[in-house]
Amino acid sequence: MGKGIIEVFLEYWPMFLRGLVGTLRYAFVAVLFGSILGALVALLHLSKNKVLSKIASVYVNVLRGTPLLVQMYIAYYFIPMAIPALNSIDKVYYVLLALILNSSAYVSEIIRGGINAVDIGQTEAARSLGMTATHCMTRIILPQAIKNILPALGNEYIAMVKETSLAGTFMLYELMYTRTLLANKYLIWQPLFIIAGIYLVVTLVLSWLVGLMEKRLSVSD
Amino acid sequence: MTDRTPMIEVRNLHKSFGDLHVLKGISETIYKGEVVSIIGPSGGGKSTFLRCLNLLEVPEQGEVYFEGTLLDPKGTDLDAHRQKIGMVFQQFNVFPHLTVMDNITITPTLELKVPKEEAEKEAIELLKTVGLEDKANEYPRKLSGGQKQRLAIVRALAMHPDVMLFDEPTSALDPEMVKDVLEVIQDLAQSGMTCVIVTHEMGFAKNISDRVLFIDDGIIAEEGTPEQIFDNPQEERTKEFLSKVL
Repeated sequence: MGKGIIEVFLEYWPMFLRGLVGTLRYAFVAVLFGSILGALVALLHLSKNKVLSKIASVYVNVLRGTPLLVQMYIAYYFIPMAIPALNSIDKVYYVLLALILNSSAYVSEIIRGGINAVDIGQTEAARSLGMTATHCMTRIILPQAIKNILPALGNEYIAMVKETSLAGTFMLYELMYTRTLLANKYLIWQPLFIIAGIYLVVTLVLSWLVGLMEKRLSVSD
Repeated sequence: MTDRTPMIEVRNLHKSFGDLHVLKGISETIYKGEVVSIIGPSGGGKSTFLRCLNLLEVPEQGEVYFEGTLLDPKGTDLDAHRQKIGMVFQQFNVFPHLTVMDNITITPTLELKVPKEEAEKEAIELLKTVGLEDKANEYPRKLSGGQKQRLAIVRALAMHPDVMLFDEPTSALDPEMVKDVLEVIQDLAQSGMTCVIVTHEMGFAKNISDRVLFIDDGIIAEEGTPEQIFDNPQEERTKEFLSKVL
């Protein structure tokens, strides 16, 4: 069995800390840019133009219907091969790109769902008052939709914290990557429990925060 | 009260939802200053007809003219026309994230560029007419159903519409709230506002209307003065309907 879990943790905690920071950061970047991209995709999806709406729907279905790990492999190997001019870019960014695109598909559905959840009567009232479609969206619908969207985005971040563990496969320094590093020191099982423990603590804390946010937002109803 | 200037003219309106043919060719003219009530059985097309008047529902066939102009669902001026056509809904549809005051002022300030101060001054005057002036800074969740509906009415009036459409304005209200809302509508009608009211309140329709339309199965089956419709209906289905509701 070798060393105990606590012993390994005390010895290598800076490594785990660095991994955790990497995990939180990659997840943040993925959800942040994923949200921006996802908002655009959601708008396309909701647009009256059937072609644009269809394109958005295919985009979402492809990214949600294929495993993130496959998407990462494609980004990692195929993009530099297809576009040789990009060869000089660090491959880390391709993996991040896959995370961002993947997240954008989920976020676009969160935003679309949040907007659709606002009672159609709100749109009807605004438009019958003579409000323009843009004002109706920005002043009436979005401020109400945001209450549905924000907690769901928090949950997307929690999911992404776990998803980024796949990035370790491509040697991005995140929590799961510490397993690879420590395996080289013949520490096989202890890091797995430490990593699982850290993930659990982080997701529990984040879930609690999302719960608080949900409560806060529902108070103003 | 009416001067025979057409306010809204519809010609040969047809509307379907999927396989359901809801409006089967309605032509009608609402004149300036007129108070028209629309009665009829549920599912007969009353609300759909009303919602076509400001193109909230776009008819497959037929035209809607407002003050002589053809309303075009794709036209850039539709918003401007809708500003002149107030609408009140069964479910109130007040904006829950805005205060009572902001519910009223948001559209005039955004779309008519009315200065905020002026809009608020007018909003207070409007709120006084419906007894809600002390609620100006509350959010709608603090209001009763009847108060929400009165708010919805003055919200529409703040746009200075030429006509008001009411889509079953009291159907979602508790019985004790109905009277307050009907009184507001009655005051409005008596002030000369052109009103089109879809309603199940037969006594109210009889008292307030210049004209009553009986819509059944997608057509105007009968129309006339309240006396003609309620006291001396000619059509068999009008008689049948009235015998059930009166």
